[in-house]
Amino acid sequence: MLELKNISKKYEDEILLNGVSFAVGEGETVCLLGASGSGKSTLLRIIAGLDIPEAGCVYWDNRDLADVPVHHRNFGLVFQDYALFPHLTVAGNIAFGLKMQGLGDQETNRRVEQALRQVSLAGFGGRRVNDLSGGEQQRVALARALAPGPRLMMFDEPLGALDRTLRDLLITELRQILHSTGIPAIYVTHDQEEAATIADRILLLNEGQIVQDGAPQEIYSRPASAWVARFLGLGSVLDGTVTQTGQVETKAGMLEATCLHRHVPGQAVSILIRPGQNRPEAGGSKISGRVSDVVFHQEQFRVTLENGLYFYWHEAPQLGEVLEVPVVGECLG
Amino acid sequence: MNSRRSLLFWLAPLLFLGVFFFYPLFRIFELGFEVSVLSDPRAWQTSITALRFTLFQAVLSTLLTLLLGLPAAYLFARYHFPGKPLLKALTAVPFMLPTVVVAAGFNALLGPRGWVNLVLMRWFDLAAPPVHFLYSLWAILVAHTFYNTTIVIRVVGNALQHSNPRLEQAARVLGADRRRVWLQIILPLLRPAILAAGMLVFLFDFTSFGVILLLGGPTFATLEVEIYIQALQLLNLPVAALLSLIQITCTLFFSVLYSRYIRRAAVVSEQRPSEMNLRSPAGWRQRLFVGLMVSVLITLFVLPMASLPLRSVTRLEPERGERTGFQAGLTLDYYSELFINRRSSVFYVPPIQAAGNSLKYAGMTVLLSLVLGYPAASALARPGRLEKFLDPVLLLPLGTSAVTLGLGFIVAFNSPPLKLLKSPWLVPLAHTMIALPFVIRSLQPALIAIPDRYRQAAAVLGASPWQVWLTVEWPILRRAVLAAATFAFTVSLGEFGATSLLTRPEYPTIPIAIYRFLAQPGGMNYGQAMAMAAYLMVLTTAGILLIEWVRVPGTEEF
Repeated sequence: MLELKNISKKYEDEILLNGVSFAVGEGETVCLLGASGSGKSTLLRIIAGLDIPEAGCVYWDNRDLADVPVHHRNFGLVFQDYALFPHLTVAGNIAFGLKMQGLGDQETNRRVEQALRQVSLAGFGGRRVNDLSGGEQQRVALARALAPGPRLMMFDEPLGALDRTLRDLLITELRQILHSTGIPAIYVTHDQEEAATIADRILLLNEGQIVQDGAPQEIYSRPASAWVARFLGLGSVLDGTVTQTGQVETKAGMLEATCLHRHVPGQAVSILIRPGQNRPEAGGSKISGRVSDVVFHQEQFRVTLENGLYFYWHEAPQLGEVLEVPVVGECLG
Repeated sequence: MNSRRSLLFWLAPLLFLGVFFFYPLFRIFELGFEVSVLSDPRAWQTSITALRFTLFQAVLSTLLTLLLGLPAAYLFARYHFPGKPLLKALTAVPFMLPTVVVAAGFNALLGPRGWVNLVLMRWFDLAAPPVHFLYSLWAILVAHTFYNTTIVIRVVGNALQHSNPRLEQAARVLGADRRRVWLQIILPLLRPAILAAGMLVFLFDFTSFGVILLLGGPTFATLEVEIYIQALQLLNLPVAALLSLIQITCTLFFSVLYSRYIRRAAVVSEQRPSEMNLRSPAGWRQRLFVGLMVSVLITLFVLPMASLPLRSVTRLEPERGERTGFQAGLTLDYYSELFINRRSSVFYVPPIQAAGNSLKYAGMTVLLSLVLGYPAASALARPGRLEKFLDPVLLLPLGTSAVTLGLGFIVAFNSPPLKLLKSPWLVPLAHTMIALPFVIRSLQPALIAIPDRYRQAAAVLGASPWQVWLTVEWPILRRAVLAAATFAFTVSLGEFGATSLLTRPEYPTIPIAIYRFLAQPGGMNYGQAMAMAAYLMVLTTAGILLIEWVRVPGTEEF
């Protein structure tokens, strides 16, 4: 299976990737999640062989791929803008990889039909790719990458250009196809919902390094750092200092915090306050503040206090009203 | 624009076009369709031989231009390298250089008295020049390549630069090796651009005159050269007219083919930001390609143009009669000799008068083409029914070669009512005819860019029509007018095709003087040709730079 060891890459003196290592197991879908510019697309290009890393190696079944040129790697890659060949029909696009493998016309046609059915585009073979809608082009790009039977699939923000509804539909289909074929996959995105939907495992990438690696629920329940909590939008993140009594002093007041590690008094920590845990019976500390903003948000109200913290509330408070909110803090890192 | 006012604007330009374009063309038709010509098998034989060679050299030249232009386009579209903007500018300069200058440049490099031959003769103590480049088919092909490579670089390079690099990567990931990526992705996607560039290059090669006459010599007669020979040397005007008709028909056919293809092939692939495609060469293969291409381009584009001014100030061989003891080295003799009227010389006047004539003619051309072009461009900027009809009519002179125009003038103005052939005005009139479409085309976008609101606002504020023009229109138009004037000036300075047929011995222009000097034996004549050509090159280059400098953004076109 695929394994990356210590991949580093610079672009014009700027470090894009800094010692990235991970492996993809049998039939596993791994998602690279990070902000734009975090180097995740570059990582895909390095795996595909389109870019050469300054340091580090890419292995397949313990064999170094450095000397294997792009066209011999047999990986599938779906580009962000699909990169369909405008001079070929839908069928011509899908047949391209099969022809490169030297398959005969009959076998090629059979496999093209099969791939078209797989992406629910049966009968589209003769169309011109420029006449297709965005979603249809996306399906053709997927079929084109799948048809040659790659040993690894890679997706570079494949749904980035589509609207929300279509994305939800396609990502479900994509998950089913990946599960039914059992092809291991690497999926690059900046959208956490997409990542949570499709991934068996999420790798969070920040400034060229993997900052957290785990199943989606793991990452959501135990964010490894303040950056992760902020990036995933898990709640308000406060900087604070551990006091003698084990509480944490922040600009919003004294807080109880659950911590995985023991902290010494005086140590600086970051505290996550999730916006949903505000029922009075939850116990813990209380934070009070004046309401500065109220926004309707998915059947609830997102209430922002003047100290910058926000919570979800079932009814809308008045602006300027002082609220007292029970909170449970979580130490980050 | 309402039609009565419109007619007023059009009166002068249309009158000019009628008298100095359509009337001569009509006379050529009359002459070429005479029964005595059409039934003369020798006239047809001459025509078919000329047509065949014209097509042959144009096809070969186009292929050679593509052979160099395609990798050069790839070089400029895909790689960063030091000095790239300069090199790209250098490849574009020849397109506007006068043919005589280019011919003189290649002569200075590879001619019997050029650098290469003289150096080889000295090194190996040879009695005769070892490199026979001039008066060969190769000279024609290389010069055409020199001229037109920039078209391929621009048209194909533009397509390459804006093509989506992910398409190539997608093909690679799908298992295509480099060769197959080229054959199955890059070339099919570039086909429309390559075909369009090829057709345009072919059109220029097909109508080329000066290069073939000066570098090919008398043995290589294309339609254009044959028209010149028939009209001027054999004084056989009817045959020349027949040749002109064939030439016009072919040019029209190819132009229509080209413009129809351009329209059909317009939308090919999506446009991409071009930076994504640019990279520095990495690995020995890419470095070798970049290094090799840059050397070839420098050799082709810099050496001939550098040889010329250097040769014009260098004495490398003894004059006739001074067998021994000559000094090789720098000299300004060739320049000072231009001011002396020698009895044995090619001219009846000091050669420098050619420079005076050229400047005078160019001045008249500027004046005439602006006076005629400005109202026409103003009318075209606000098109009514009349303008829609006249717009393509104004482009017709572009499709007619200068030699044909010259022939038309000879045929039309040699007899009453318009017996102008001895008038020194004839040459600038022909130059104006050639420059006018360009002048109109460069003024028109600037005029369109001035919204009527500006004029109305000025008028409401109390400006009279004259004040509106002076305070609103003129300040905006100044740059475009300067560019158009410079264009007309450089066109006139370098014009060779029509001038070679119309010029009178006592009024030579610079190109004509260079041509005559080159046709004469002797190192001194050769040196003077070099000096004149260097002078013309400097003037034209200054003009090109000025046009670049004042160019109105967004009007760049072929």
